[in-house]
Amino acid sequence: MSDQSVIHDIGYQRYTGTRLGRGYAARSLFEHGLRVAFGLGRSAKAKIFPWIVIGMVSALAVVVVAIKSQTGEMVLTYQQLPSTISVVAMVFLAVVAPELVSRDLRNQTLPLYFSRPIRRSDYALAKLAALVVAVWLLLAGPQTLIFLGSAFTAADASGVAAEARGLLGGWVVSAVYALIFSSLAVLIASIASRRAFAAGAIVVVFMVTSPVVGLLMALGGDGPMAQIAPMFSPFLLPEGVRQWLYGTSLEVGPYGPVYGLVTLLLVAGCTSLLVLRYRKVSL
Amino acid sequence: MALIATQSLTKTYPGGVTALSDLTLSVEPGIIGLVGANGAGKSTMIKTLLGLLTPTSGRVEVLGLDPTTAGEQVRARVGYMPEHDCLPPDMIAAEFVTHMGRMTGLPRTVARERASEALRHVGLYEERYRQIGGYSTGMKQRVKLAQALVHDPDLLLLDEPTNGLDPAGRDAMLTLIHRIGTEFGISVVVCSHLLGEIERICDSLIAIEGGRLLRADRIDAMTTGTDVLAIEVAEGTEQLSAALAQRGLTATAEGRMLLVPLTEEATYDLVLRTVAELDLPLHRLDQRRHRVAELFSTAVPTPSLEVSHV
Repeated sequence: MSDQSVIHDIGYQRYTGTRLGRGYAARSLFEHGLRVAFGLGRSAKAKIFPWIVIGMVSALAVVVVAIKSQTGEMVLTYQQLPSTISVVAMVFLAVVAPELVSRDLRNQTLPLYFSRPIRRSDYALAKLAALVVAVWLLLAGPQTLIFLGSAFTAADASGVAAEARGLLGGWVVSAVYALIFSSLAVLIASIASRRAFAAGAIVVVFMVTSPVVGLLMALGGDGPMAQIAPMFSPFLLPEGVRQWLYGTSLEVGPYGPVYGLVTLLLVAGCTSLLVLRYRKVSL
Repeated sequence: MALIATQSLTKTYPGGVTALSDLTLSVEPGIIGLVGANGAGKSTMIKTLLGLLTPTSGRVEVLGLDPTTAGEQVRARVGYMPEHDCLPPDMIAAEFVTHMGRMTGLPRTVARERASEALRHVGLYEERYRQIGGYSTGMKQRVKLAQALVHDPDLLLLDEPTNGLDPAGRDAMLTLIHRIGTEFGISVVVCSHLLGEIERICDSLIAIEGGRLLRADRIDAMTTGTDVLAIEVAEGTEQLSAALAQRGLTATAEGRMLLVPLTEEATYDLVLRTVAELDLPLHRLDQRRHRVAELFSTAVPTPSLEVSHV
């Protein structure tokens, strides 16, 4: 050990100031999670991936704005954007979700958290919330960019108002995506302590049903089978909700509310399992 | 008020393993050594005190609170340093300790200040801006201690803090713990399987074996009146032993030395006179305190406490 690590007598000060409670601790954990998701406060290496993804989706938004300002044609609506970049969002999740939860399992950091005032459910929910917000920002960010670009080129105030309404709808769709994607991904990552395994498992769970769903939709034509099948793909479930809310997506017939219900049950189920998983985690 | 009090504390794991069995004790604030062999139940005890494990039966009280029902209040006032590695290698030490301070309720700026201070107190200065992954074992142990200290707890629970350290590192760590217990005014429970190592910094000792309490007492109560005189002569050890016996001193052989209980000042003279009369070459004559370990090894038929003379 170097000479610097010799202990000097500098006197110890007891702390008598305020101590904030559980809520503050949970908020701090959420904030920390959000920063980790974008590699902030971490090494340059950890920043590379999230910022490449952000660069990609921003470039897409810029292209959309450019086309709109030249031709006046909206090639990609606010609500279409999340499904266009959903695969990119999945890859982002496959990297970030393990970063948030598997890392703490692997480094055995959990005992340090759980020997503090926060509850285990606080930990689970703070991590989930951090990921939901991170994914939402990833989707809503380019939507907002498109809005800014369009608002500046809009002819009049009513044009801007129309754009704003479109943007709000886009944000709602992004939120549905963020909830479904994140709750699934965090739950999967919380089971694997190796980040590579967690990432692989997330991709598998998201992709595994796609071929079957695609086949059923092709075979079903316009029938109920084609209207129900998309429910079983994490990529198409939010599109069903979008159709139910705005009527701008897939043909789901009378099953729109079912999509809403399935989404609700899926998110609630994943969240409960996540909380349960941390209640059972051995320290 | 007792710092820690337990009443018939028992913990049986679902698998049927009894880690703590009918443990009743009460300790005063200060530096408390919790000793026992590996698997004696030390870590289970610590986790029970933190409220991370619920006892199967019996009661436990820490700082006057019951950790099974008031776990949050207890954990806000306690700092815990686990035995195993628990640090994220890709984080900067100062940031990690700040984060942990905020997790215990310190406002942002206070957390940053106290994190620097805690790291300074454990002996990390400029190194605190480096990633933990590049640290030596000794530095990691210091960061683990700093994160337990950052929120100024009333009680520190340290699980094997000298694990993996070299003799110099162990000494530095023990000196630091002693300082925390005496100068900082924070009570400390130090777990160790090396009794010889921690007995010199502790005010009281709790010895457990197989989940049962061997003894819990203040260290001075354990060592009172147990001073011995160690005599070493180059030759004629048996001769000397017989001569001492004639004069009413029972000498027990330990290696090449003879140990004589030191009951009064006159014992010194008596021993010296005996050696002189027999004309034996005296190598060593010194007074030593009976080590606590020796108390346990006579009290317990199977001495399972590993004693180190580091």
